[in-house]
Amino acid sequence: MLLEVKNLSKEFKTKKTLGGENKLLKAVSDISFSLEAGESLGLVGESGCGKSTTGRMIAKLLAPTSGEIFYEGKNIAPYSERQMKSIRGDIQMIFQDPFSSLNPRQTVGTIVGTPFKVNGIEPVGGVKQEVQRLLELVGLNPDHYNRFPHEFSGGQRQRIGIARAIALKPKLIIADEPVSALDVSIQAQILNLLNELRKELNLSMIFIAHDLAVVRNFCDRVAVMYLGKMAEIGTSHDTFTNPHHPYTKALMSAVPLPDPTISRPNRIRLEGEVPSPIDPPSGCRFRTRCWKAQDICATTEPVLTALSGTSAACHFPE
Amino acid sequence: MSFLQVKDLSIKFPVEAGIVHAVNGVSFNLEEGKSLGIVGESGSGKSVTSLAIMGLLKDSSARVSGEIILDGDNLTAFSEEQMRQIRSTKLAMVFQDSLAALHPFFQIGKQIAEVYRYKTGCSKAVAKARAIEMLDLVGIPEPQKRFADYPHQFSGGMRQRAIIAMALVCNPKLLIADEPTTALDVTVQAQILELLQKVQKEFGTSIILITHDLGVVSEFVDDVLVMYAGRAVEIGSVKQVISTPQHPYTAGLLASIPDLNSDVANFTFIKGTPPNMLKLAQGCSFAPRCDYQSKVGAQCFDSLPELLQSENAQHVRCHLVQSGQKVSR
Amino acid sequence: MMKYALRRLAAAAMLLIIVIFVTFGLFMAVPADPARLSCGKYCDEEMKARIRHAMEIDIPLTDQYYRFMKGLVVDRTYRANTDAEVKCEAPCLGYSFRTDESVTEIIKRSAPVTFSIALGASLIWLTGGVLIGMLSALRKGTWIDKIVQSFALFGASLQIYLVGWVLLLFLVIKWDILKMPTYTSPFENPIEWMKGLALPWLTLAFLSMASYARLTRAGMIETLSEDYIRTARSNGLSKKRIQFKHTLRAAITPIITIFGLDLGGLLGGAVITESTFGLRGIGSTALESVRELDLPLIIGTVIFSAFFIIMANLIVDLLYAVLDPKVRIAS
Repeated sequence: MLLEVKNLSKEFKTKKTLGGENKLLKAVSDISFSLEAGESLGLVGESGCGKSTTGRMIAKLLAPTSGEIFYEGKNIAPYSERQMKSIRGDIQMIFQDPFSSLNPRQTVGTIVGTPFKVNGIEPVGGVKQEVQRLLELVGLNPDHYNRFPHEFSGGQRQRIGIARAIALKPKLIIADEPVSALDVSIQAQILNLLNELRKELNLSMIFIAHDLAVVRNFCDRVAVMYLGKMAEIGTSHDTFTNPHHPYTKALMSAVPLPDPTISRPNRIRLEGEVPSPIDPPSGCRFRTRCWKAQDICATTEPVLTALSGTSAACHFPE
Repeated sequence: MSFLQVKDLSIKFPVEAGIVHAVNGVSFNLEEGKSLGIVGESGSGKSVTSLAIMGLLKDSSARVSGEIILDGDNLTAFSEEQMRQIRSTKLAMVFQDSLAALHPFFQIGKQIAEVYRYKTGCSKAVAKARAIEMLDLVGIPEPQKRFADYPHQFSGGMRQRAIIAMALVCNPKLLIADEPTTALDVTVQAQILELLQKVQKEFGTSIILITHDLGVVSEFVDDVLVMYAGRAVEIGSVKQVISTPQHPYTAGLLASIPDLNSDVANFTFIKGTPPNMLKLAQGCSFAPRCDYQSKVGAQCFDSLPELLQSENAQHVRCHLVQSGQKVSR
Repeated sequence: MMKYALRRLAAAAMLLIIVIFVTFGLFMAVPADPARLSCGKYCDEEMKARIRHAMEIDIPLTDQYYRFMKGLVVDRTYRANTDAEVKCEAPCLGYSFRTDESVTEIIKRSAPVTFSIALGASLIWLTGGVLIGMLSALRKGTWIDKIVQSFALFGASLQIYLVGWVLLLFLVIKWDILKMPTYTSPFENPIEWMKGLALPWLTLAFLSMASYARLTRAGMIETLSEDYIRTARSNGLSKKRIQFKHTLRAAITPIITIFGLDLGGLLGGAVITESTFGLRGIGSTALESVRELDLPLIIGTVIFSAFFIIMANLIVDLLYAVLDPKVRIAS
């Protein structure tokens, strides 16, 4: 097992309101999942579900409030920067916004070459040659080595970000909404690139997205998150063909599909919006919008239980 | 005569590097009470087209040519003051980012009431009542209480509803919504789109919905206009266009969308990148990326195909189609 | 909102007390001997001792501070030179033995002059600056805009003693358009009051108007590009309404801050202005007190100025809460 996350939580202190209280924002609460080498896991959910925060904790960009992150058997959650140095290259991240995640004052060559410099690694043939090889690998012209980010389109910038992420030959890539900011036709190109790289370099991936169809397409397994908790987890096939958690069902039902032959009179209408993570509902956090909610849902938090196909955290699974 | 007629609309922006040909000869019609989805990617000119209909380009550097006729009035010939008078009363617009679109210093209810008051000349009390009525109509709970809230106290979905309420307060006949749900969660998106459908049905409002999401157009609008590089490349009823797309671009877009209901991984994509809008291609703008260009030949690069009617009452701008061939879906 | 206001008020009061303490400490701990400075020509040790006794500076510093603070609320009695008691009514900011007056009396005399200059000038530069700035922003790029920008640069580069004298030379002496600057109480004769202060007002306003015009222009241009202005336009609201109610209101917050600070500082005494025009306000009083090394008067004027600056800051903070709902209401 490449990665095992156990009971991971992250709480943020909020700004003092004028009343003077300091409330806690429960971004992620008690998440557990695992990832095998070469596997891709999708993390889906709506705003406030904590998927990005989870990704950042695994990449060690955020310190967890509690819980463990086992990478190749070792708990890296409490690791300091120094301890992380040797494995920093193994876990890399691709970010969402291609327009703000690249330093506008650095050339592409510098950006992609930085991982080598920072980690004191001298690739065979020199940094420049390796950077150019990487640029070519992601579909960019290696002669554009000296250009600046603003000279590239959004899709190309995302490719630069990917080149940087694979420079140190990582084992695990955390992609945080890597295609959400791109046009539809470019999205497809980048997904295709990621897929090829995944196969060629035998990468494991955690793919964070809100687009269910993209996740189904790309990932072997998927975890559905809601308001900091894991609602359901299973293989893509099982989760999307036979979801057990009401939220997963509602989520799938809400996605508009480009297929005029189907009519959707039975679309599940969720009332209201996602509650604030500062004051999540007691018991099951989804109960305020769930059509099946009963008294027990308010008093007892449901536990992730293995059902036929997926595991779901629900007192009355579908 | 159609309720809205756009004839040969072209919009150019002078910039430092030259001229951006944002919209080039776009024509379409919209019947009263129907909805039209305008689909395109960035650089397609879809947003700029809607700004031109609203007359919001009049005080800018944009050069607009062509005709926009709404309910008999030629909007392109209107002065800014004439446009101002019909805004909100005859036509209204809803934008994408709802937090930035509401004034942070004024109560939401007051912002809505202000529009009603100054457009109809009624009293403060009447305007307030109307604002509460509108908040209720768009599905905001406890409208009397929420009237006095400020934009930052509303959630994203609530704010978008409030913006829709503000746009509809004077009961305009045309509502343009530019990517109204792109920044929202998918469950909230469904709510907002259903609200727009309800408005269309109950009040007979014509709706133009601008989006990049083909799923959204498929489920929520009557007709669709596909734009590429500032041109209309395919127009037709949404059922026809989505199930049998005739333009290679439309077909390519549909083919590259991952399928939520299938396990088969789909990694098809349209090769190449969107064109440079500073230089208008002589022929078809999509030719460099088109899989079918080789079938037609040099004609694709040399001459611009016209938007002609084809099968199923669709209009397509493509040499392939006009030469009698078809794209494979 | 109440909580916010009370918190700010408490902070302001705390700050004032600290300022008084520091000022007091600084001056009283200074090696210069106030007794000798107030003494006059023929001074000997015995006289100096008697003066020190009268000024109450022969007691420990903390006692002096306590008596000073007490004197702010309760009438204070000094032991005078002539063995007769000197009464100093509350609020007692000290006693100037040089002029034989309580500092409060001196300030009471000079304050109206300073206030008049400050209020008149500030009103002119605020309205003028904001309107010109607005005009400039709405006509961005045109010749009006360019003129305003040059005017701003010009005004910001000049000094009051130059502009004041030049205007004095032309407007008063050569062309006889305005009166020689003097102070007449507005309660006696408001017309004379305005005539007498017209020149200082215009001079001050000219110099400050420039920066306010620039600030307003910058704020307006930024606000005009905001999405909510686009919303107001697409809702068909009138231009005037959008410009004033929607745009100006949002752009004005930085101007309020600067105005508060400027006005606060001015109320505390516009030293150079008053000297340039020969008006006897707090500023010239302060200047005089430094020249004559009249320590009690120096302390008094410093505290007086500090009070107004702190007050101005407090009012600006409260105004912010009134203007911007995000400050008073959490999301």
